[in-house]
Order: sequence, then structure tokens, then C-alpha cells
Amino acid sequence: MTPQPTGPAQSALNAIDTVFRLESPRVIAGVARIVRDVGIAEELAQDALVAALEQWPRDGVPDNPGAWLMATAKHRAIDLVRRRERYARKLAEVGRDLEAAGPHLDEPSALHDPDDIDDDLLRLVFTACHPVLSAQARIALTLRLLGGLTTPEIARAFLAPEATVAQRIVRAKRTLAAKAVAFEVPYGPDRQARLNSVLEVIYLIFNEGYAATAGDDLLRPALCEDALRLARQLAGLMPKEPEVHGLVALLELQESRAAARTGPSGEPVLLKDQDRRRWNRLLITRGFTALGRANALSPGAPGPYALQAAIAACHAQAYSYEETDWPKIATLYALLAARSPSPVVELNRAVAVSMADGPEPALEIVDRLATEPALRDYHLLPSVRGDLLRRLGRTAEARAEFERAAGLARNERERGLLLRKAAASEE
Amino acid sequence: MPRYLSMVRLDESTVPAEGPSPELMQRMGDLLEEITKAGVMLDTAGLMPTAQGKRVRWEGGELSVTDGPFTETKEVVGGYALMQCKDMAEAVEWAKRFLKMHEEHWTVTCEVREIQEG
Repeated sequence: MTPQPTGPAQSALNAIDTVFRLESPRVIAGVARIVRDVGIAEELAQDALVAALEQWPRDGVPDNPGAWLMATAKHRAIDLVRRRERYARKLAEVGRDLEAAGPHLDEPSALHDPDDIDDDLLRLVFTACHPVLSAQARIALTLRLLGGLTTPEIARAFLAPEATVAQRIVRAKRTLAAKAVAFEVPYGPDRQARLNSVLEVIYLIFNEGYAATAGDDLLRPALCEDALRLARQLAGLMPKEPEVHGLVALLELQESRAAARTGPSGEPVLLKDQDRRRWNRLLITRGFTALGRANALSPGAPGPYALQAAIAACHAQAYSYEETDWPKIATLYALLAARSPSPVVELNRAVAVSMADGPEPALEIVDRLATEPALRDYHLLPSVRGDLLRRLGRTAEARAEFERAAGLARNERERGLLLRKAAASEE
Repeated sequence: MPRYLSMVRLDESTVPAEGPSPELMQRMGDLLEEITKAGVMLDTAGLMPTAQGKRVRWEGGELSVTDGPFTETKEVVGGYALMQCKDMAEAVEWAKRFLKMHEEHWTVTCEVREIQEG
């Protein structure tokens, strides 16, 4: 730790950094409603930050720093729009919006109406996660604009060169502008698809962190927390959407196991071997609460995220792997397979069936997946098959499957685990 | 993103007899909603006065139980907030916003502590 220079100016600088990171999503969202372009909105938010860096150390931090940043950025946005109007008639529509928003522009109090801010944030969420963008671009833009992560932070978390991520963000903003993507919350036939796109982005961010076992760079597991925070924010913005609560429930429950997922030297610890006393009770409770909300909003018709959360909830309720309600989990996987079929869901269903009804019926499910192109290089398919064969006493075949799985595993620690299983399968 | 426990400490003798003003309660409610919507607040509550509390102590191999109020402690914990923040600076920023809600006659301390993980 280097000693921090103290004094009012330095403490103002530290406060600016923190306040800006907290407020920037809302400022960008508020400004984007005026200029209708998230790229320009982000630049104007940065301008407000520069103004704060000039003024706060000199005049002190304002009473409501968020409102100050918002007002400063919005005034610059309005100036920009007016300048554009003078130069370009084609922006007349923005002018009409400005007329409609007339009182907003001159009343400082109206600059910070919480309901307005929520609406603007939601528009920003749907814009950053718009399907015209690739999944990678949506992820980068969402973490940058809504998660408050810097480009270097995103690059490190995704093990990508900084220039690549920076370029990705620039291109994403250009695409949104070029395709004239409306800065709005979708209501109508495509709303569900658009919402799914948002949920998927948050889920992908979480999984990126979840799949990375504790390594040298703690930023990767931190992605789980960034995703969870985004999901919790979304639940605050869209309290009536069951699948938003379903996603929150799933992530809270998954995250509740974080401390137990790695051993002393960072090796992965499988669910059945985890010390359940290390599961976080608070997150489990929060997961159950969110799942309750999801089920109450869509009784009898749980969506895919709520179903996955219900499966995670079964694990959270069991004191040990053996005491898990496997028949219920197998049923939930069957529902999930019917709702949104995928080879990975089928593979997970096979594991649950093997615990509920034994290895034989499970092996039938797994063998049907043998020709599935999506699973061709997926190490968990031979790994699960090896487990089932071992339980059926077909040890030589089991060994071959574990070795195949080890050859496919991309993570060094998982490979070691599978090779140990291969060696142990014929003992 | 670490978790932080903010313990709200106050001198019970300076707390107004009628409790927090309705305006303060309103401002607190708004702020709580904001912190929750930011995905930060995990759990928060106020505590009953220490007059209704007990201290259970282990010393020299003996247990003892003392009834409140705890007058020998100047500032006692009157509430808590459990938050998940990017860093200590963010946790402190939320604590500042919480404290600024109070009228000038209040003396309140937020002791912000990072939770040990793992």
C-alpha cells in the first residue's frame, strides 16, 4: 500500500472516481435519451467527469454529486442537440422530443426524477443488449456502460487484448448508430425475444466468471459478481418479469457455492464433494426469495431460468449429495428439456436420472447424445459416460472414456482430475 | 466484489425520544430503494434499543449475561447494512449518503468493515 496523499483536494479526487463509477450508467442513460446515441452519450458523461475533476477539488464535492453530474451532462447534451439543429434539419425529430421534454431542460429538480432515471436505464439495458450486436459486443458494451467496468478491466476478465475490446466497443456503438437502433424499451411482439437477449448477456457474463476456476487473476471470478449485480439491478427495473427474477435466483444460488467450488490449491471441487457448510446461507436465502417471486409471477409455467433456479434450489436444500431430491431434479430437467431443449440440458438430465433411477436408463440418454455435433468436443459427455460405465462395472470402457474426456478438457485442473479418474477406474 | 458490513453506531442518549423524523424515514426509504436497485444492498435492519438487549460474555472460562442498556459504551450499534460493493471506496460512498440523510442534531458513525471471504 502506498500512502495516499491526503487533504481536501485529494479526497475530492478519490470521491470523484467512486461517484463517477456509481453514477455513470444513469448519466449515460439520461443523456442518451436526449441525444439518442449511446456513443455520444458516453462521451458527454466523460465531459461531465472532466468538469467535476476541474471543479470539485477547488469548490468541494457537491451535496448531491450524482445530480450534479447528471445536470452537467444533460446541459451539454442539450447544447449539442441545439447546435446540431442549427446545422442539420434531419434532426428535427430530436428537436420535437426536446420540445416535449421542455420543462425537463430548465428545472434542475426534474433532472433527477427517479422514475425517469429508471426508464432511461432500462432503455440503456435494451440498447446495449440489442440483437443487432454480436454476443461478444453486447457483453463488452453492457459491462462498460452498465457495469461501470473500464476497457482494461473487461479485457483482463475475458483474457483478450485491450485493443481488441476497445475496438469491439467502438464498433458496437457504430453499429447501433448505423442501424439507427431506437433508444427505447421494446413493448410489443418482439419484447420477449429482446428480454431474452438481455438475460442471455447477463448469464454469459456470469458463466465466463463461473467457468474460470480461481487463478492468478481474480477478475475472472469477479465477473460472477458483476453479473449478479446487473441481474439484481434488472430485477429492480423490471419487477414484474418472472424470468428476470428466475435469472436472479439462479445466479444467487450458483454464487452461494463459490467458496466451496475450489480446494486449497485452487483445484475444482465437484458438487458431490463440496463442503456444504461453506455455502453462503444469505445468498441461498436470497435465491429462494427471488425464485418465489418468479413463481408467483408465472404460476405453473416456470421459464427456463426459473427451472434452472429450481434445480439449483434442490441442491441448496440438501444436506448432502446423497440426500438430494434426485427424482425432483430429473423431473425439472425433463420440463427444461421440453421448454428449451439442448444437448447440455439432456446430459444434465442423464446425471439426475442416474441418481434417481440408476445408471442404466441414464446411459440410454447419454448414448443418444453420442452423435450430437454440439457435444463432439465437450469433455463432460465422455466424463459422464465414464462415470455411468464405472457404476455398471464396465471398467475398461470407463477408463477409455475418462482418457477421452481428459484429452478434450481445456482446463488444466479438470484434465488432471479426469486422468486421476481414468487411473482409478480399474482399481 | 467484496461484501461490507456497515455498522451504524450512535450515542443512544442523543437519539430524539420520538425517534427519527417522518422526513428522515422517507429519505431513508428512498435511499434504501436506490441502494437495492443498484444491486448493492444484501440485507439491512435497525436494532431495538440496548435497553432490550443482552450481553452474553465468556471470560476466564465463565459465562455471564448482562442486561441492557449498555451505558458504559458511548456508541452502540443501532443498525447495520450488508452491502456488496466494488471496493471500500464505494462502500464508504454509500455510507456517506446514508449519513447525509440525517438532520444536524444527530451524531452517527458508520463503521464499515470488509467481510472475510472463503
